[in-house]
Order: sequence, then structure tokens, then C-alpha cells
Amino acid sequence: MDRRLLQDLEKLLGPRGVLHKSEDLLLYEYDGSVETARPDCVVFPRSMADVVGIVRLANSHQTPIVGRGAGTGLSGGAIARHGGIIVSFSRMNRVLEIDAENQRARVQPGVVNADLSLAVAHTGLHFAPDPSSQKACTIGGNVSENSGGPHTLAYGVTTNHVVALDVVLPTGELLHLGSSALDPVGYDLPGVFVGSEGTFGLVTEITVKLTRLPEAVKTLLGIFNSIDDATESVAEITARGITPAACEMMDGWTIRAVEDYIHAGFPLDCAAILLIDVDGLREVVDAEAEEVADVCRVHRARDVRVARDAHERDLLWKGRKNAFGAAGRLASSYYTQDGVIPRTKLPATLRRIGEISRKYNLQIGNVFHAGDGNLHPIILFDERNQQQFRDTVRAADEIIEFCIQSGGSITGEHGVGMEKDRLMPLLFSEDDLALMQRVRSAFNPAGLLNPGKIFPNSKGCGEIYVRPQSSAGAVPA
Amino acid sequence: MTIASAATSTRLAEIAGPANVISDPVQLAACAIGAQIPAAAVRPGSSDEVAEIVRFAAAEKLAVVPLGAKTKLSMGLPPARFDLALDMTRLDRMSAYDPGDLTLSVEPGIPLARLAGILAGHRQFVPLAVPFASRATAGGTIAAGIDSPLRQYYGTARDFVLGMEFVTGDGVAAKSGGRVVKNVSGYDLHKLMIGALGTLGVITRINFRTFPLPAAMLAFTAAFPSAAQAIDLRHRVAQSPLRPLTVEILAPGAVEMLSSDIAARIQARPAPADSFPKGQWIFTASFAGNEKVLDRYKRDLTQMAEQSTGNGAANCAIYGDVKIPDAFPRQREFAAIALESSPAATILKLSVLPTRMENLLAAVAAAAQAAELRWAAMARGLGIVYAALLPETRDEAARRAVAEAVSKIVAACATMDANASVPWCPVEWKSTLPVWGLERGDFEQMRKLKKMFDPAGTLSPGRFAGGI
Repeated sequence: MDRRLLQDLEKLLGPRGVLHKSEDLLLYEYDGSVETARPDCVVFPRSMADVVGIVRLANSHQTPIVGRGAGTGLSGGAIARHGGIIVSFSRMNRVLEIDAENQRARVQPGVVNADLSLAVAHTGLHFAPDPSSQKACTIGGNVSENSGGPHTLAYGVTTNHVVALDVVLPTGELLHLGSSALDPVGYDLPGVFVGSEGTFGLVTEITVKLTRLPEAVKTLLGIFNSIDDATESVAEITARGITPAACEMMDGWTIRAVEDYIHAGFPLDCAAILLIDVDGLREVVDAEAEEVADVCRVHRARDVRVARDAHERDLLWKGRKNAFGAAGRLASSYYTQDGVIPRTKLPATLRRIGEISRKYNLQIGNVFHAGDGNLHPIILFDERNQQQFRDTVRAADEIIEFCIQSGGSITGEHGVGMEKDRLMPLLFSEDDLALMQRVRSAFNPAGLLNPGKIFPNSKGCGEIYVRPQSSAGAVPA
Repeated sequence: MTIASAATSTRLAEIAGPANVISDPVQLAACAIGAQIPAAAVRPGSSDEVAEIVRFAAAEKLAVVPLGAKTKLSMGLPPARFDLALDMTRLDRMSAYDPGDLTLSVEPGIPLARLAGILAGHRQFVPLAVPFASRATAGGTIAAGIDSPLRQYYGTARDFVLGMEFVTGDGVAAKSGGRVVKNVSGYDLHKLMIGALGTLGVITRINFRTFPLPAAMLAFTAAFPSAAQAIDLRHRVAQSPLRPLTVEILAPGAVEMLSSDIAARIQARPAPADSFPKGQWIFTASFAGNEKVLDRYKRDLTQMAEQSTGNGAANCAIYGDVKIPDAFPRQREFAAIALESSPAATILKLSVLPTRMENLLAAVAAAAQAAELRWAAMARGLGIVYAALLPETRDEAARRAVAEAVSKIVAACATMDANASVPWCPVEWKSTLPVWGLERGDFEQMRKLKKMFDPAGTLSPGRFAGGI
């Protein structure tokens, strides 16, 4: 890296604001995915002015810039694919304003997702998007990836909760997009910015909506002897017009892996469980819990349990949110997909995943947001076994192809990033992708910001598109 | 108006078929926006035809305005140029509907009323209780970005449009999003199309999320002598566990307007507020659920209303016989009714954080009174305020009075971080009123985006904010 640039960055941020020794950079080669690439340096701004200064310096040296929150992303969004400067927002982590009456909070991008909900808990409000990594991931990262989570089934994903953004464009321009009051005049710029995977601008301030915590919550555990019975229950819950706050499914293999690790109380001999939250007014919760239990029983559930108290509820959810960690204890490596299918295709898709598992003789565990058709099959493999590694990649591709054939999508919440750029042409035409790139150039004209992401023709490294996730990998939503 | 050249008509006929090229002056006049009458109109039958027409128009430097049922053409500024009306009403098919998945894909020309009928057969709906409901199309509603009282619970189009197909200003058919409820592949370009008034692309398909239709609903109203009390009730509801489908507050002028004969002509179903004495501020809410839930709402809302009056006695009413999901059809038609209630109705759309709603309504009242204008305001619980100024005449004196009031309201908005625009006013006043509010810092970014979608300025030039 250019010594002058490094000196200038140190002058701007102080010596503690810049990392550049190779042992210090090691950590920043990774995120929650399995992609790696080494940045030239990592900088730690403390203010919007710092960010502007960094961007101007990067510009004058034509050096790539990549924003980074906690590095829990699962598609390589925060990795410096072509080197350059990683801008870590870990020191811009203040909650700037809580306006409980108007249900708004203004935060810096490095605020940890769960910390915001903790900070506003005394007002009876929370920040609704709840990725499984919420104890580590940042709101800036959530904005970039348009993160979801189990409870987005009823509450919506990040984009539904962001009203305004302060951003620094890679040109050094400052923009305030949207407004704290709803319906700002003009195009919905926050709408197109959220989920742009760090390719439009660096976010320095975020205004979000806060959501009132429900009066009552019930968590149900439906236990099934067949996967089909579980998936058909999900379809019927939707068909009956019930929108649970969350509706998650785990198959038998995953349950056993989790139970061994977390001891959440899942039965070891079943084929599938459904973990369903219903929330709202007490009267709503009572009625919906009864109806959900009824649907499960109609579909031959072996047992339907209702968590007795908050402790039991938390334990069940801990089991669900640690499913990936549990998988990591059983195999040297695993790879997680993030496909989406229309909800009615759930039974057929799970049958197809079973076929693929048998075809390649691979263990595939299934954990997913059943209520909105967002699958997270976990494929276990041994990275030392070259054939098994290639089969894993093929199996993952076949699952995604089935999602697309079913009218679904290649990613529901993890993002495209470096992981799925080559799959984009399966969903989008050349014209679609060209237009998206033109839109990017309205924000990021020189392509200096987060290069090599989302678009297939932006690949420059010729590396294999995915190296499956190591067992130490992070936790998907 | 100019007459389309023979070459233009021939080319359009080649693309869409001779029967779908309109050159009859009476029909063309119906497409007019203010004094701008297009030289030709064409009714494409497919997305490919739309793309071909737009490519042709771009090459010939013809300005194109897409339109549906023409109920909201007067919104925004009149186009700077208008050569070709792109009548989208032949593109009116439902291309996919999967009730089990709660998703739907439609062409833009489908009337919302027809769509609602199909969905009701499956006990589902799209939460767009918008004005001009009996005629409006899905595409026009989305392109106009018009909001609905149901946003209190269901959000706006940005929350339930899953994806779109559209044709850009250089005639390229493109898409974004998809037809599943959760999806982060690619940029959400469709969010830009919502409310863009056809300045970025011609919408050719819209994928919606659908919702189960509530089985039972009730409506609640409470009358108060002051705005402060009605707004206090709004705050109490917001801080309670209740989640009503709609919350709206009517100023006395709005109550009067919505109970007039003109209102009855546009929307026969009476406004519940009819039964209240005039001069009151009316809080309205609707809610859904089983019997126990409805009882809870009745009890809690009544109790909160009593607290809001300060003396424990509230003038409340519950209505059981309401249209599902749209309990207050006259409130839905606020804009349509206002436009018929004055020869020069001027409607502002304001948005503000809820705690400043009272100040904003006071600013509207003061500005209207100072200009001696009749006015009507309706505030949604989330801080959206529609304020209609209703002069008795459409002349220079009326224009001056309206301009004075509008500029005071817009200035007041600037002091309270509120957003302001003037979606409707007499077309000849548009150039003298802040139709798109005050210039914002991000208008320049919008202009950059416009260039990416429509480099030659073919689509609806000049209709949008920031001179777009």
C-alpha cells in the first residue's frame, strides 16, 4: 500500500485509528462467510468528518473502500475483495437519540442490533429486525444487507424499519436521504439504498422506527414424526389467515445436533419440529395459539407444547438460534444456503433436498424460516475431502436451482456479495443487471466502493465462487 | 396541440395495431394534463410493445406519459412536453395468483375494484384503500404513490410490493425484486418506481403481497371539542398494546365536507361522523379480530377517549356494519371529495412526527383563516395530514389567498421537520405554488437517478420533484 496514503490516514485518525501490520489485518480477511481477501489497511473513524476525510484520501489514491460492521455477514459483503481500505464502524457505536413518543431512534452505524433494543426496552419498544447474530451484528450492517430474522415474518425486514440515512458517497459528497417523518417528497432513496450491500455509500447515521413490544407472546413447539406433516401445517397456518410473529422449522437431524449442545428440550426421536411465536393482544394470542395447535394436531403432530414461561421460551429460541453453531460441532465444515421459495412449495422443496442429500451422500440439515419460505439447509462436509467438497458445491447449486424453478430467489436475507454474484444471471437478465449497475454508478461512479460484489461481471479474482463455511463460521439469521 | 405526423401514427399502428392508436381529438382531450394535449395515444397490449413504443418515442424525441384510468393525472406538475399518451388499460391481466402463498402478480391496467373482487373470493386483499377506488388501476395507484388509511397497520406500497417489471426511458424492459415475501437479490429498484409518477419507467407488472381479509371489523369514533383532545387519544392508542387498522382525525371542516351532498354523490355510504354535532374534532379508528378482541378494543378505546376529554365523559360511538377492510369509505375518498367541493380545491400532503401533529394542524388552521379560506384537514395516526384549501372561486384573488396560505403552511413545516407538497391544485396555479415543496438536499441525487433510467428525458418530463 502507498506509504503516503497510510501516513495521511494516520494523520487524520491518529495511530490508533489505523491498522496495517499483517498480523493485525488477519482478522479483517474474514466475515461470517468463507470468503477471504486481505485489505491493505483498516481504519476506525469516530465521526462523519473522519469518514469524509477517509473517502477523500482513498479517492486521491484511487484505492477501494469497503465498509464493515461486526463482520458477521454471510456473503462476503464486508470483505475487501480487491484490497484497499476497510472502514470499520466499531467506534461509531452511539445511540444518538431515542424519541419514544414518536417511536424513532437515531443511531450510528456501529450500534449492535440487540443493544438498541436493550437501550429502548424501558420504553416498551424495540428494534424489530432480529437476525440470529443480533448480539454481534451492527445496524449499519443490517442496513447494507437488508437483514431479516425469525420475527420478520410479521414485522418485516430492515428496509421496513429505516426512515432516514446520512451517507457519505465515495465521491466525498454528503447526503441526507429520507426523513424522520414518513413519506419524504421525491423518490424513495432510503428504499433503494437499504440492501445495496455497501456499494452505494458509507452510512454514518441511521434513523429507524421502533416497534411496540407485544402485550403477550406464546411460543408453541409442534413435534412431528414426518417432515411433510410439519411443512403442511405451515401451509395451513398461512391458509387460515394466521400470521405468526415467527414460524421456524428444524428437521430431526438438526434437532439432535442442537439438543446435544443446548439442551433446549427438543425430543430426540422426531422428524421435525415447528417453533411458532404468536404475539399481540392477550385475546389475540390465546385464540391464535389455540388455532395453531389445532392445525398441528390436524396434521398429525405427535405433541404440541406451549412454553410455560419466559425462561422456557428463551431456551427454545436459544436452541433455534444456535442451530448453526451446533452443526459446527459435528463436522469439520459446513455450508449454509439461503434460498427462498413460495411457501406452498415447502413440502416439495424439502423432498427435493432429501433427494439431493441421498444423491451425493451428504448430510444436509434443515433449519429455516418456514413462515416466509426462507430455507437454510446446512450441508456438512470434510474440507480435506476434495470430492466431497465439490459435491457440496453441486448440491448447494441444485438446491438453489430448485428454488429458482419454484419461483423463488437465490437469497432471502444473507445477500449476494461475493458468494452469489455468479448466480445473479439465473434470476436477472443482462438488461436488469446493467440497469442496476447504472443505478450504482449514480452513487458510486468510479466503482471505488466495495468493488467486486453483487454483479457477475465484476469478478476479478478467478477464485472459486464459494469455499464452504468452516465450522467456526458465524450464525445466519 | 399538434397533430401526430403520419409517420408516427403509422409506426405506432405497426407496433400496437391500428385499432389501438388513438387520434380522435375528443379521446385525446381526455388524456390532457392541463393545457397539454398529446398528439397521439396508443394502447399497447404487451410489455414488448411498451418497450418498442418507448424506444421509438426516445428516438423521435417524443415525450411519453403513461396513464391508466386517468384519475390522478392532475397530480404533480404538468409535463414540460407531452406528445404521446401511453394508455396502459389493455394491460389489465392478473398473470399469477397463489392464494396459498399470499402473492399476486398483475399488469398495471387492472382496476383495483376488479382485483379486490377476485381476492375477496379467497378472503384476501391488497391493503390499498385509495381515493378514486371505483375506477383507479393498480399501476396508477402505485405510480402516484398515494397512501391509504390502512397504512396504520399494513404499511404502504413500499412494504407490500415485492417486485416489478418496467420499461425504462430508453425502452429497456427490466425488473427487480421477485414474487416471494423475503428476497434480497439485487437492488430494490421497484421502490423507486412507487410514487415516481412514471418519470423513471413505465410499470408493466407489479407483484404484491396479499393479506387475509379480516373476518370481523368494527369502527370507533369519538367527538371532541378540540384538536388537542383528539390527538391526545391518538397518542394514548399509540402507547397502548392496541393495533387498530386505521386511525384518522377529522377537523371540523372535514366533517362538514365529508357529510355534504357532494360527498354523498361520490361515496354513497355515509360517514359515521355524520351523526356527530358539527364543529367537533372526530377521532376515528377501525379494528379487526374475534369477538373477545373486538370487545377489548371497544372497552379500551372508550376508556382512553374518556381520559382524553379530561372530564371522564366522551362522546363515542361504535359501528358494526362496516365495509371490510375499508371502514370509512368517505375518508378514503377525502381527496376526490375535496376536489369536487370547490372550484379551485388545493390539497396539501403534509407529514410530521406525531407529537408535532397538533402544531401542524394549528398552523394549517391559522394560515387558512388568515387567508379567509374554507379548509378541511384529515390527519392519519402516523402523522400524515391532508389539508384541503377550498376557495369559493377560481380567480386571481382566490389564487393569491391560496398561495399565501400554502406558503405559510410550507414555511411552518420547515420549522418542524415536516414534509410538504401540493399534489392537487388548479393546473393554472401549479407554476406559482410549491407543488413539490421546498428543494431538498437529495433532489440532486434524484436527478442523477433519473438520468440513469431515462437519459433522454422521454418519460413524463417535468412532472416530478426537482424539475425531473
